[in-house]
Amino acid sequence: MKNREWIGYLETMLKIRCFEEKIFELLGRDLIKGASHVYAGEEAVAVGACAAIKEDDYIASTHRGHGHCLAKGGKLPEMMAELCGRATGYCKGRGGSMHIADVKSGNLGATGIVGSNIPVATGAGLSVKLRGTEQVVLCFFGDGASNTGVFHESLNMAGSWTLPVIYICENNLYGMSSAVKRVCSVEDIAVRGKAYNMPSEVVDGMDILKVKEAVGRAVLRAREGKGPTLIECKTYRYYGHSRSDPKVYRTKEEEAEWKKKDPIETFKKKIFEEGAMTEEEIKNLEEEVKRQVDSAAEYALNSPFPSPDTLTDDVYA
Amino acid sequence: MREIYYRQALSEALSEEMERDERVFLMGEDIGVYGGAYGVTRGLYEKFGEERVRDTAISEAAIAGAAAGAAMTGMRPVAEIMYIDFSTIATDQIINIAAKNRYMFGGKTTVPLVIRTEGGTGRGIAAHHSQSLEAWYVHIPGLYVVMPSTPYDAKGLLKSSIRNDNPVIFIEHKMLYGTKGLVPEEEYTVPLGVADVKREGGDITIIAYSKMVQVALSAADELTREGIECEVIDLRTLKPLDIETILESVKKTGKAIIVSEACKTGGVTGEVASQIMEMGFDYLDAPVIRVAGADVPIPMSPALEEVAIPQVSDIVEAVKEVIAR
Repeated sequence: MKNREWIGYLETMLKIRCFEEKIFELLGRDLIKGASHVYAGEEAVAVGACAAIKEDDYIASTHRGHGHCLAKGGKLPEMMAELCGRATGYCKGRGGSMHIADVKSGNLGATGIVGSNIPVATGAGLSVKLRGTEQVVLCFFGDGASNTGVFHESLNMAGSWTLPVIYICENNLYGMSSAVKRVCSVEDIAVRGKAYNMPSEVVDGMDILKVKEAVGRAVLRAREGKGPTLIECKTYRYYGHSRSDPKVYRTKEEEAEWKKKDPIETFKKKIFEEGAMTEEEIKNLEEEVKRQVDSAAEYALNSPFPSPDTLTDDVYA
Repeated sequence: MREIYYRQALSEALSEEMERDERVFLMGEDIGVYGGAYGVTRGLYEKFGEERVRDTAISEAAIAGAAAGAAMTGMRPVAEIMYIDFSTIATDQIINIAAKNRYMFGGKTTVPLVIRTEGGTGRGIAAHHSQSLEAWYVHIPGLYVVMPSTPYDAKGLLKSSIRNDNPVIFIEHKMLYGTKGLVPEEEYTVPLGVADVKREGGDITIIAYSKMVQVALSAADELTREGIECEVIDLRTLKPLDIETILESVKKTGKAIIVSEACKTGGVTGEVASQIMEMGFDYLDAPVIRVAGADVPIPMSPALEEVAIPQVSDIVEAVKEVIAR
């Protein structure tokens, strides 16, 4: 059972990494327009967190949202098509990278305004409470978002109403170019949980099992009606903030240090050591994922663009 | 039919919709024990309890955003933003989340929420408690904007807004809460997007909304004594705009003025005027005139506050000017 679960986690992390590499390639070839904020390096957070919840639970995503979408059950072809602006994408090509959402799988969507989904996740938690279900909400956001007003308003709201929301801060050390240590009043964002009467902890965001374990505890707490938790995952984005980012604000040495802790490589090692998979099986899985991503890209690029006569569809229900 | 206050009519709408649909709940600042800054939710806390009539912290952005999140996950929230001036803090959540999520996500979600707020001048509470910001929201695809002028419309429109599957900005007027009007005992709704001819007349069309409808009706009373018959159209819903009803009237009268207490520049009056020009130019015998608020922050002093927005005399004068052409 554990083996099967672990293989699943590895597969999803590989899918995210491979998806992001493909996105970067397609951006370079100008086959994808617009902005894409890629998640490579942070895979253990989304996959570890989503491994701790059920299908009918909710997540709220961010502008760096491809990983969240995949981890919550999103499918590669529909995601790829969305990023390519095609009619077959999750959002019919209207959202693209920054607004990728598979609402049916419980993903309340990605947002282009940093921090702006934190109150939405909080409201989903309120909805759960009012409807009396045992669902929980995972609210993903970055270190930058923890400096916005809505972060504080929302955590106060969730803390005072004991809402079943797990706030997951993906601290990748930089809000675009600004280092946390330069613009943030605290070193560990987790300490901000204290102000809102909720337990909080710092977790190694490069270790999927540690993320899953911490989120699992918070989920249990939330399902028992004991309210929200703030979990800070220390992680790192391998690429720049976006395609145009020259990364002048960080050093090659720092990047190399973090890559030594690569969430996929370290987990592969663990899987192999524990005998859950052989090296060959891991290699086969990697190749299979690559095939799936290639085929998703092919599907996307062969899909039609949305018809101009659909421009005003769905503005209103 | 009984006569009740605008405030009571709104309260009845909330109460009836909460009884009808358990997904409807209220959240906002001081709406519980206190009963709302203007008393609209008075008695509802006692009737429905603190879960469904939720007092919030002073967190406008979180109120609007949480309402959107609750709406996307099966609830039908009615969030109160005490003054429309305070909605400036919640605009990211209203404009970027509530209004856009459905479209951005390919039509795969709905955001059925109502933001109840109030606006307008009249209480000497100055620039942060008296604005008319409806044009901001009219500009945003995905939103409905509703502004009732009578107790009857207030109740019927609020019920329709709560039942609507889109985000609705429902703007009440602080000086209307204490006005009375006929409201049936029995169930009714007023459809969104349909204007109402509040007074018929053949000489000129006065288009107004919210409290300015009452001011326009007073002007029409005065003008009738001088032999000028005004048709007064109450927009009721600013978005979507019922341009058909307006054009039908302008076709008959050939003249139109548009009245609003919002600042003239960039306001709804200009939008209505443009649409009349684009679609009804041939009906017009005179230019369309806007009678709107001065382009100033609302001042506190009664002497200044009064002249910052249109008065009966301003409308009378504008009508005579257009008629004389």
